[in-house]
Amino acid sequence: MADEYGRKWDRCLADTAVKTATGLGVGIVLSVLLFKRRMWPVSFGSGLGLGMGYSNCQHDFRSPYLIHGHTVKVNA
Amino acid sequence: MLGVCLRGAHATVRKNCVRSPLTPLQSYRCYSTSRSSGASRVVALGLVTVGGGVGGTLLYSKWDPKFRAAVEKNVPYSDWLLGLALGPAPEDARLPVRKQVRSGGEHLFTRKCKECHKHADVSETAAVASAEPLKERPVDEVTARLVQQDQEEEKLLASLSSRLEDSLASSAKATLQAIGAQEVALQAVTQHTRKLKDAMEAEAPSDEKSTQWKELEAALAERTAAVKDATTTLSKANEALEGLKSVINQAKGQKVAAARPLILAAEENLHQMVVDLDKVVSKVRSAESEAKVVSQYTELVNEAKQQFQREVSSLTPEIQANWKGLTGKLSVDDLNALIAHAHRRIDQLNRELAEQRVREQIHIEAALEQQKVEDHKVLDAAVTTAMGHVKEEARLNLEQKLAELREVMEAEMRTQLRRQAAAHTDHVRDVLKVQEQELRAEAEQVLNSKILDQETRYRQLTQEQLDNFTLDMNAAYARLKGIEEAIDSHAVAEETAREAHQLWLSVEALSYALKSAGADSPSMPLEDAAEAVRASCHDDFCSALASALPQESLQRGVYSEASLRARFNALRSLARRVALIDESRNSLYQYFLSYLQAALLFEDQQEAPPSQLSGADLDPFKLLSYASYCLEHGDLELAAKLVNQLRGEARRVVEDWLTEARLTLETRQVVSLLSAYANAAGLGTTQAP
Repeated sequence: MADEYGRKWDRCLADTAVKTATGLGVGIVLSVLLFKRRMWPVSFGSGLGLGMGYSNCQHDFRSPYLIHGHTVKVNA
Repeated sequence: MLGVCLRGAHATVRKNCVRSPLTPLQSYRCYSTSRSSGASRVVALGLVTVGGGVGGTLLYSKWDPKFRAAVEKNVPYSDWLLGLALGPAPEDARLPVRKQVRSGGEHLFTRKCKECHKHADVSETAAVASAEPLKERPVDEVTARLVQQDQEEEKLLASLSSRLEDSLASSAKATLQAIGAQEVALQAVTQHTRKLKDAMEAEAPSDEKSTQWKELEAALAERTAAVKDATTTLSKANEALEGLKSVINQAKGQKVAAARPLILAAEENLHQMVVDLDKVVSKVRSAESEAKVVSQYTELVNEAKQQFQREVSSLTPEIQANWKGLTGKLSVDDLNALIAHAHRRIDQLNRELAEQRVREQIHIEAALEQQKVEDHKVLDAAVTTAMGHVKEEARLNLEQKLAELREVMEAEMRTQLRRQAAAHTDHVRDVLKVQEQELRAEAEQVLNSKILDQETRYRQLTQEQLDNFTLDMNAAYARLKGIEEAIDSHAVAEETAREAHQLWLSVEALSYALKSAGADSPSMPLEDAAEAVRASCHDDFCSALASALPQESLQRGVYSEASLRARFNALRSLARRVALIDESRNSLYQYFLSYLQAALLFEDQQEAPPSQLSGADLDPFKLLSYASYCLEHGDLELAAKLVNQLRGEARRVVEDWLTEARLTLETRQVVSLLSAYANAAGLGTTQAP
């Protein structure tokens, strides 16, 4: 059970990082393409990503008995 | 609202205070004054609101008692206040109506019942009053009384009837006599009259005449005698009839029921006799009146004759009465004088006759008048007597009818009484039957109870005898058994000793298997050892214990205490970190705070747990330090108990460790019990040399 805790944290941080980065990237792209190199899409995108990651993390911690499934590909 | 007011107050303060630069004290004063005006407004407003609320509540509670009850129930001391203001709670408002209705109904009922009570009372009192003298007389007395009454009645009746009969007989005799006498008189009168008539009219020769006259005289004498006799007998008969009437009245006065037909018959007889008497009397009277007429006529004739005789004798004194034989003795002068006298007489008579003829009508009228008057009188008399007779007859008829009706009524009453008597006898018979049954049941009950007592006593005695005998037999048998058992138990004891040794050995093996746990690995599976223990178990307690080993320990084995201790130390830090997270929906912020707390909070590494945990001791940090202390001192059980008090995320984190600890504890408990048991069994069977 204690290990699960550590694993959860790992998952959570990784997920948040990924989302933030993605949001940042999308924000940069949009800012460059559509919004005349303004700042707000970037901060918006990164904030969006961070928020999503945070929410996911919280949800994960709140539902401790939810088992995460893993897809295992079997080489046919 | 208060906030608004305060803000308003602040605004006013600022406005007031901004006007001039004020010292803190002045500002404070200004602050306070403006604040006071604003505050006073607030206070006034508040007071008004409160007063309005209270007044409204009072008024409404006065109007609606249910609201008042609700207020009294919910608000404390309001019942006192409301009572002070409005008076006591009108609970009775509902009751008076009901009471009135009830009382009205009761009143009606009581009135009705009063009447019926009155009636009942009256009848009761009457019954009570009459019940006093109406005590039931004994049967003998009643029969004696009845017999006496009957006898008296009979006597009375006999006397009455005898008297009636006597008087009837006497009066009948008298009446018959009277009637006979009257008839005789009638006969005599008619004969006399006839004879008189004959004597008057017949022109018989003198000697026959004289005989006739003699006969007439005799008849007259007879007639007078007969008439006298008749009157006397009539008077006697009347007397007798009067006597009979008085007797009848007396009998009527005594009111004996049975004598009524007799009385009635006597009355009828009386009436009949009276009627007959009257008839005969009337006949006699008519005959007498006729005789009177005839006698008057004879008198007149006699008078005329005598006068003529006198006249003739006055003319011719020599001529005697018998002048018809004197044909040759008379002279011519005498003859002439006689003829002249005769002529003169004839003239006179003619004149008289003419006069008479003239006065005939008047005489006839006068006579008719006289006759009418006489007829009237007679008619009245006859009518009155006839009326009297008719009345008497009617009365007698009535009496007869009454008697008949009375008889009919009596017969009916007798039948009703008979019916009542029959009903009464039936009822008495039923009651007697019921009583008989009851008495019989009672007697039977008494008999049964006595029999039961006797039986129980008999049974008791026999049982006692049996018991004594059984006791003796049991004692002898027990002694025999004891001897046998002593012999057997020796063999059994040896057997049990062997088994106990076996058990002890297997339990030792089990406890050794437990000790085989490594630092981080569980012990070997306890399956075989447990099997051995079960095999060497020969009673339920042991086998129950052997089967009470948890499955996990059997299959996988248990961790040792040292490994658990090591693990706990690792878990402790984790538990500290998530101490603030509980079972509710925690955010990541909570997690951050919990981490901060764990970083900043320092507690004792190990702290001795108190004997009783208070509320403050349930803090996770404290619990963990207690648990560490316990573990360090080898008390796994207490540590597990303390760790069990953790809640929330911390609990979830240490759940695994707790399960393992439980498992170990269970297994250890079972094993210790088994070893204790084996030791005890071994001790029990070991015999000191």
